[in-house]
Parts: sequence; C-alpha cells; structure tokens
Amino acid sequence: MSPQLQTISDFIKNSSALTDADKESLLKNIKEAEKNQSMIQFKLDRVDKDRNTLSVMLQESIEDLQKKSLAIEETNKELTKTLEELKATQKQLIQSEKMASLGELTAGIAHEIQNPLNFVNNFSEVSSELIDEMTELLEKNHAKEAKAIANEIKMSLEKINFHGKRADGIVKSMLQHSRTSNNKKEPVDVNALADEYLRLAYHGMRAKDKSFNAAMKTDYDESVGLVKIISQDIGRVILNLITNAFYAVMEKKRLQSAEDGYEPMITVSTKRIGEKIEIKVKDNGTGIPQKALDKIFQPFFTTKPTGQGTGLGLSLSYDIVTKGHGGELKVETKEGAHTEFVIILPL
Amino acid sequence: MKQKKEPIQNSSLFYHYKSYIHQMKILVVDDEKDVQVLFEQRFRKEIRNKEMEFAFAYSGEDALKYLNEMHEAVLILSDINMPGMSGLELLRHIKEKHHQPPPLVMMITAYGDADNYNIAMKLGADDFLTKPLEFSLLKEKLKAIH
Repeated sequence: MSPQLQTISDFIKNSSALTDADKESLLKNIKEAEKNQSMIQFKLDRVDKDRNTLSVMLQESIEDLQKKSLAIEETNKELTKTLEELKATQKQLIQSEKMASLGELTAGIAHEIQNPLNFVNNFSEVSSELIDEMTELLEKNHAKEAKAIANEIKMSLEKINFHGKRADGIVKSMLQHSRTSNNKKEPVDVNALADEYLRLAYHGMRAKDKSFNAAMKTDYDESVGLVKIISQDIGRVILNLITNAFYAVMEKKRLQSAEDGYEPMITVSTKRIGEKIEIKVKDNGTGIPQKALDKIFQPFFTTKPTGQGTGLGLSLSYDIVTKGHGGELKVETKEGAHTEFVIILPL
Repeated sequence: MKQKKEPIQNSSLFYHYKSYIHQMKILVVDDEKDVQVLFEQRFRKEIRNKEMEFAFAYSGEDALKYLNEMHEAVLILSDINMPGMSGLELLRHIKEKHHQPPPLVMMITAYGDADNYNIAMKLGADDFLTKPLEFSLLKEKLKAIH
C-alpha cells in the first residue's frame, strides 16, 4: 500500500468520530481503491510496454517501407530503362525488317542497274565511233551518209539518256525504300509503284534461286491515277506481299512433283472503286492454313523456318495500311490453292 | 550466191533474219529490247560486210521456237535472267534436246556470280560474259569462232 493510503487508513482506524461500521466500510473502499490503482498501474505499464513495442515495430515498418519504396523506385527505373530499350529494339527491328526486304532485292537491283549500264556504256562507245565515221564522211563531202550517221548518233544518245534515267530511278526508289519514312503523303502513281516492286522482287528471287520461275500477270486500272500515299511505306507493303506470294508458289512447287504440271502464277492488279482504290496481290501457292489465319498480322508470327523470316512483314504492313493510311488490308485464302491480299486505300 | 530468207511472220517471235552464205549466224536472246539496236550498231561493219548476221528473240521460249522451226544458228548469245524460261533453262534445252551437234551457247548476264557461272558451265555453256558487255572482247571471241 502506498504511504499516502497507509496514512489515511491509520487516520481512519484511530478516529474516534467514526463508528466501527463506517471505519470498516471506508477501509474496504481504500483497499478497493488500492487494488484498482494497482490494476491501473499494471495496465499503464502494459500500455507503456505496448507503446514501446509498437514504436519499435512502427520504426521497423517505416524502415521496411522505406527500403521497399527504394526497391520500387529502382524497379521503376529498370522498367523505364527496359521500356526504352524495347522501344529502341522495336525501331531496330522495323529497320532490320526494312533492310531485310531490301536485301531480298539486292540482286534484283543489281540486275536492274547493270542492264541500263550496259546500254549507257555501249551506246556511248558506239556514239564515239559513229562520230569518227561521220567526220570521215564529212571530210569526203558525203553529206547524205553523214546525215544518216548523225541520226544514228541521236538515237544512241536518246538511248543513253533513257537508260541513264532508268538506273537513276532504281537507285532513287531504293534509297527511298531504306530511308526512314517522313510520313508525308504525296501523289504517287500506284500502278508504276506496284510494277517496279514486282520487277525488282522477281529479279531478286531469280538471282537468289536459279530454279525460280513464275508467270506474272498484271492488270492495272489506269483510272487509279495518282494517289496520295507515303510512297516508301506502301511500296514496302506491296513488296512484302509480292515476296510472300513468290515464297508461297515456290513452296508449293517444292512440295509437288514435276509431273503435277503446276504452273506458279502471281497476279498484281489495281482497281478504282468509287472513292477507294484496291491493290491486289494474288498467288496460286500453298494458301494459308485456317489455324494460322488469325495470327498472320500479329508481330513475330511466321511460318517460315528460323532465320528466314522476322515475322514482322505482315504486321508492319497492316499498321502501314490501317494506321498510316486509314485503309484496310484483307486476305482471302484457300489452303493448298491460293491467297489474295487486298490493300484498300481511301482516295 | 545470195540466198535471202523471208522474215517469219509471227508476232510472238520478234526478230529479223537475213541469211547469207559464209555469214556467221548468231541468235541473241534477251528480254531487253534495246539489245537489238545495240548489236546492230556495234556490229554494223560486220553486218554491212556480211560477215555476221543476227537474229533476236526476247525470251527463252521464243528462242526455242526459233530454233525448232529449223532456223540454224552457229552461235547463241543468251541472257540468263529473263521472265519465263531463264537463259540457263534454254541452255539445258539446247544442249540436251537440240539436234546434234548443238550450236555454241555463250551466256551473257548481269549476274556474274560463281553460282551462275558454275551452273552454266555444268550445263555445257561454251562461254560466259558479264554485263556491262565489253563488245571488243565479244568481237574477238566471235572472230575466233568464225
């Protein structure tokens, strides 16, 4: 008992003013109060202990949270870095897909340049020889014959000019193909664009695979005229579709025996329908199996053996046509029979 | 002594054909149509002096048709990369199926790669030249055959 309560108890016990019953009652109350005080003290001690424990725990939790927050921050930084790396890789992949398709064309380009160059070199040499002949004739006063030779020189020079421009056109379009798109839509002769890529892809395939052979049919609608498109992007789509078509007919030919009489055929056509134009690339190759059809426009989906396809061609083509030009890219196919891709562009 | 053959009237077979005794008959096969003008200009003296005569076919198929119609050619100068039948297929046809002895076949190509060269030689090509064509070299080769 506390000294204070002891003093009060002693005072009550010794008091003559109180009855024994009152003393007993008061002393009982004091004992009760003492008990309560002990209990409260005990509880206070408990609370104090708990508070200390809680404080320690809270401190630990704060430290833990701080650590976790730092870790999250670190993870965030890593994720941001990874995202940036992914974006850079995506850019690189798009570029490598572009360069891969350009690689497909390398041999075609060589062919398309060597041929005009053959004419430029030889017609210029011929012109020089003809000038010597003409000078000789003029010295002998054979004006009529000299004039005939002058006409031949003129023709040779026209051929030089024509084939020089032809080579120039090929180089320019290849540079355009490999350059990053400037996203600028300009009026383009879609028929000429389709035909150019068909030729390049064909010669490219022929150079790569000596046994490659396919009949090519073209049907260009003159009323298509000039269409406002990003030339190098739509060029890439056409090239991709034509390359895929060549691959499909080659695969079919490979799987069939020579006696089957299979004749590979690629058809490229254009058509104007109201305020839209259609560019169709059709082949009588392997067709696309139904189970692959849903996935063909997904990035990285390819049925080609490892190393032969990036799986980005059709997915990039789809984005170029739909997002880049507000058009549609449709496919119609029958396994083992044919595939037809249709690019629909608004005018 | 001159014996002139009439040009064959066939729209798919675009060539001109003049035959003279002692002339070297050469069939040029190339899908590039300006090849005809080029050869006629570069060999104008030989054509004028009737040392050589040229016929032109613009595809492997046309060349075979020309040969099958019994037109003789001592020498065939063929491009390799042509739409339809390639020059290498034409070479194989000529060397395997043409009446004996088959004409000489000289391949002229924009692809001077080892693959093309090896295949051509395996199929029996008699020579292999690359574009841009050195006509002085070609003339030397033709004169050596003549």
